[in-house]
Amino acid sequence: MKTSSTNESDTNNTAPTTYYQFLEISVRELLIEKGVLSAEDIRNAVKEMDSRGPELGAQVVARAWVDPQFKQSLLQDAPSAVKTLGLDIGPVQLLVVENTPEVHNLIVCTLCSCYPRSLLGLPPDWYKSREYRSRAVREPRSVLLEFGTDISDEVEVRVHDSTADLRYLVLPQRPAGTGHLTEDELAALVKRDSMIGVTEVCFSAI
Amino acid sequence: MGGLEAGHVKPTEHDYEFWEKNVDAMLVLLTSKSPKLMSVDQLRKGIESLPPDAYEKMSYYERWIFSITQALQYNGVLTTEELSRKLEEVQSRYETEEV
Repeated sequence: MKTSSTNESDTNNTAPTTYYQFLEISVRELLIEKGVLSAEDIRNAVKEMDSRGPELGAQVVARAWVDPQFKQSLLQDAPSAVKTLGLDIGPVQLLVVENTPEVHNLIVCTLCSCYPRSLLGLPPDWYKSREYRSRAVREPRSVLLEFGTDISDEVEVRVHDSTADLRYLVLPQRPAGTGHLTEDELAALVKRDSMIGVTEVCFSAI
Repeated sequence: MGGLEAGHVKPTEHDYEFWEKNVDAMLVLLTSKSPKLMSVDQLRKGIESLPPDAYEKMSYYERWIFSITQALQYNGVLTTEELSRKLEEVQSRYETEEV
């Protein structure tokens, strides 16, 4: 009997080869057979995951740059504020921290890999690496330099350690010379790493 | 591991494979059902209990599926027998398909 693998989707074209890939299939099929989860639940959760990416965070940042009132509510109550943009971040608490000329913020999860997934998608590998998690809290300026970000000594660096219940998103500084850009053009400038805080947003007028 | 010595951060990333997304999806579902079938703390406990050399050798989602499997057995959602039977079946299924 062929049971309902979620694997038949065309998004999967590589046959499993490793023990852990076989283990994944086994656990999934057992959970489905036992009625604990349905194949559809899993498919939908993957679809939901695929629909989330840094462009959502960028949209939030761009709005905060052009709309001071939105920015204020974003910093006070991020879940409610992003809801007004039609974004739902689920039950997890989210705190948006603002970069200013005086303060640069950086986010990390020293325990595991907590990340503002609802607005940035799944985290990059380096965010989950031993190197980043160990050193971001101990020598954040050196870590920032490794990303090409040189934060002046006069600027305070604040590191935020995420948890399963509280995630952070950095609101980067709007770069100079962007006064004429539309909200969409601004959003296009905002990359994932700037919302983690390892880079700043750049703009060069051509 | 916050605060430990470690080397430079290598800016690595990869597109998540389908099986990795499935592992992630299962955890999301198992931890958000009411009542929960396992907790995020259990996931972490399982990962943190790995010996350092195993931890280093395994990829991120390999650690996750390992820990999820442990927790589901501990919580009585799956039995060890069911699991080993299924694992054997799945492995032989793909081996025959290969030929």
